[in-house]
Amino acid sequence: MHDLTLKALSDALSARKLSSLEATELFLNRINALNPRYNCFVSLDEERSRAQAREADAARAAGRAGPLRGVPIAHKGIFCAKGWLSTCGSKMLSNFVSPYDAHVVQRLNEAGAVTLGKTNMDEFAMGSSNETSWYGPVRNPWDPEAVPGGSSGGSAAAVAARLAPGATGTDTGGSIRQPAALTGICGLKPTYGVVSRYGMIAFASSLDQAGPMARTAEDLALMLDAMAGFDERDSTSLERAPESYGRDLTKGLKGLRIGLPTEFFADGLAPGVASAVDAAIAQYKSLGCEIVEVTLPNMRLSVPVYYVLAPAEASSNLARFDGVRYGYRAPEYRDLDDMYEKTRAQGFGPEVKRRILIGTYVLSHGYYDAYYIRAQKLRRLIAQDFTEAFAKCDVIMGPTSPTTAFKLGEKAADPLQMYLSDIYTIAVNLAGLPGLSIPCGFDGQGLPVGLQVIGNYFREAQMLNVAHQYQLATDWHLRAPPQPEDGR
Amino acid sequence: MKWETVIGLETHAQLNTRSKIFSGASTAFGASPNTQASAVDIALPGVLPVLNRAAVEKAIRFGLSVGATVNHRSIFARKNYFYPDLPKGYQISQFEVPVVAGGTVTIVVDGTEKTVRLTRAHLEEDAGKSLHEEFPDATGIDLNRAGTPLLEIVSEPDLRSSAEAVAYAKALHGLVRWIDICDGNMQEGSFRCDANVSVRPVGTDTLGTRCEIKNLNSFRFLERAIDYEVRRQIELIEDGGRVVQETRLYDPGRDETRSMRSKEDAHDYRYFPDPDLLPLEITPQWLESVRAVLPELPEAMRERFVAQHGVTAYDAAVLTGSRELADYFEAAARDARGPVGKLCANWIAGALSARLNEAGIDVGESRVTAAQLRRLVERIADSTVSGKIAKDVFEAMWNGEATGDDAADTIIAARGLVQISDSGALEKVADEVIAANAQQVADYRGGKEKAFNSLVGQVMKATRGKANPQQVTEILKRKLTG
Repeated sequence: MHDLTLKALSDALSARKLSSLEATELFLNRINALNPRYNCFVSLDEERSRAQAREADAARAAGRAGPLRGVPIAHKGIFCAKGWLSTCGSKMLSNFVSPYDAHVVQRLNEAGAVTLGKTNMDEFAMGSSNETSWYGPVRNPWDPEAVPGGSSGGSAAAVAARLAPGATGTDTGGSIRQPAALTGICGLKPTYGVVSRYGMIAFASSLDQAGPMARTAEDLALMLDAMAGFDERDSTSLERAPESYGRDLTKGLKGLRIGLPTEFFADGLAPGVASAVDAAIAQYKSLGCEIVEVTLPNMRLSVPVYYVLAPAEASSNLARFDGVRYGYRAPEYRDLDDMYEKTRAQGFGPEVKRRILIGTYVLSHGYYDAYYIRAQKLRRLIAQDFTEAFAKCDVIMGPTSPTTAFKLGEKAADPLQMYLSDIYTIAVNLAGLPGLSIPCGFDGQGLPVGLQVIGNYFREAQMLNVAHQYQLATDWHLRAPPQPEDGR
Repeated sequence: MKWETVIGLETHAQLNTRSKIFSGASTAFGASPNTQASAVDIALPGVLPVLNRAAVEKAIRFGLSVGATVNHRSIFARKNYFYPDLPKGYQISQFEVPVVAGGTVTIVVDGTEKTVRLTRAHLEEDAGKSLHEEFPDATGIDLNRAGTPLLEIVSEPDLRSSAEAVAYAKALHGLVRWIDICDGNMQEGSFRCDANVSVRPVGTDTLGTRCEIKNLNSFRFLERAIDYEVRRQIELIEDGGRVVQETRLYDPGRDETRSMRSKEDAHDYRYFPDPDLLPLEITPQWLESVRAVLPELPEAMRERFVAQHGVTAYDAAVLTGSRELADYFEAAARDARGPVGKLCANWIAGALSARLNEAGIDVGESRVTAAQLRRLVERIADSTVSGKIAKDVFEAMWNGEATGDDAADTIIAARGLVQISDSGALEKVADEVIAANAQQVADYRGGKEKAFNSLVGQVMKATRGKANPQQVTEILKRKLTG
């Protein structure tokens, strides 16, 4: 039962084969049994989850159905959820119980989804391995000695380990797609502005975007239908007619032009990843797609551009964590400045501090033009590259991450190596484009490989169609990580 | 050496919108601490700002009123610094591209008109308040004010004395109230000024080093702070010292300014465009819709009063001191032709204003209504009462002796104050006065003009002031010279 996809579970609920409360108990039991092993969840509130499940069952009994009614899911710790500890993976918010729901949480609640818990993540979403979390690292279900990727590592591992059929994530530079790839699940980062950022604890406001993580493209569509939509509380939310993201799932792919950027297949790509991605491309060819070569000449600048802009915004976004109104405050201090200094020194971890320092530096008087302004100009060039590429193709494909899951601690001491883990995903955020990752095979160590599909603006439905057709033809997405022998 | 003072003002006008600039919380003053602070105002994790269009419209009104450019596109920026009453750790303001650029304000000092250039006006949010006195060993934070919309109006360094600075601040204060964008309440901090002050030898073009005096919330403090600061800077330089660029605070108790922080300690605010807010776009349609409902501005109204009613320039300036006073005048003068409009102006600028000042009330609370005043003025114009008697009638109206639009008529009738213009009756009284005052008559005929006034006074006294003074003069002149 725990192996059901979100869609299959939804169908079972509709057919009254099981109740939401039964499904919820099932996953809560698995979480209680297996979370000590994976560390996916940071906060649980079983009574609250059960209450939501009972409500969903009552609603279904009263004739209010809907595909997500009664489906249990997990929320990334970055989302504020009323009554839930909303920690963002940080000691700074280790005591913060949100008094309100993020738009994403509210929408999923309204659709009847049951919250199983809040997942672990890199602190304030800053990391690519889930090792910067104050709550300790998450382990990859495919190899407990390997990282699950990050920053949505808890959500990814929870879905991969079948502790939840779906989870919310956020993606600032690859934080949905890279962990999805490293744990063998699917993850979608929508076009910037499609999902409201209200209630999502900000890392880099101009890049942050929430999206679904699940086991199939079909499941992503179901979740995105609920998550997307205009929200007047977010000024960057786009006012567009509501759409069904699964409307094109069954369309054939004949004649679809797939662009392969030469830059995605250059140095630094692990052979095991390259061969799995090549095989996936071959599969698409056999589905009738055309392959076109495209170039993204400025993509090589995306990592440095990102590591100017994202820290700049973060340094300002994280200024509110000052110990004055909520969250952690140092127990002892001499005066106001001392309170600020100790609170932030003790409340933030080293990666967060590093980025605050970088961001503060690049915004400083005398450096602003050389770093921030120049990075903004390059950001436009990077976006322009995609516009030109999309003149020649319908979707762009390539690897999601240059490697499969690396070992815990392997890159933790070398931030630059860690940052390069997002080399294929960051440009998509800088351009504001939608991108998704689906499993497309395994490397020599048996670790999952992710295929990245990048669409043009607002082409989520098309990208999901592209992913779904692949999943009809292959079964990579159905492979489950080895189950612990005793079920624990 | 002769010194010239150079002053530029930065004025914060709190915009009188119902809700805050980036949240739906109320802006009402005086509520219990933190009861008007929403999730956005206290900067909970994950909250986002949404711009209040009403605040933008008020900024547009201002821009149009001072002949400025209202930028089609302006940018909100974050001004980053840590302070407990600044919940986000940054203030949302406008930096490189403000909503309003340029414009002018006209001031009059000692009868001379001067045009003060504005640099810009930009929208921003106010911070909360730190309460240091209420708690022993702790500071309280009240975030009710956090997020209140402000328009920061920056002048060029065109002001040359504290008197000019005060005249400018008053003109601005009058204007923001006139166009209904700010209540102008200085005690509550709705209108406050920072003064940038420097001195330089007369005849030089380069600016001296300036000091900024923060948070001056009365015209008197503005004047005294500048006067002190100018003296301080001149003495410092003349004693061989150098002015250090710094921020200073004015202490009204000791009437001096004190250093708050020097340039070296100045914050690097790390301004950058706020990624949570889109650029502010003001379409020509929006601009025109605001222009269409903009009230007639004081300057235009002054000119109209002079042309339409023959009001003196001085009275016109007094009448346009506030929207309410101008409205009162318009209600009283209405469709008046001939001298009535001008008389209304005289009475409002004179007796009424004096009475209002004395009572410390606004014209809106005047005990004599515009309609009542109009009736009284008509009775002067049609010679029912003299100007002098009218003063008594006005006082009686002020004291509530009669009600209704015809209160003046009621009082004139009840007190029997109708002017005596019957020449037969007046001739008789004049004859009696001449007969009874032989000495004065002789004096007048002997060339003492003063004696004539005494005789007029006698006639007025005999008629208890009701005689038409002009007629009395004519009759007496005729009888004494004839």
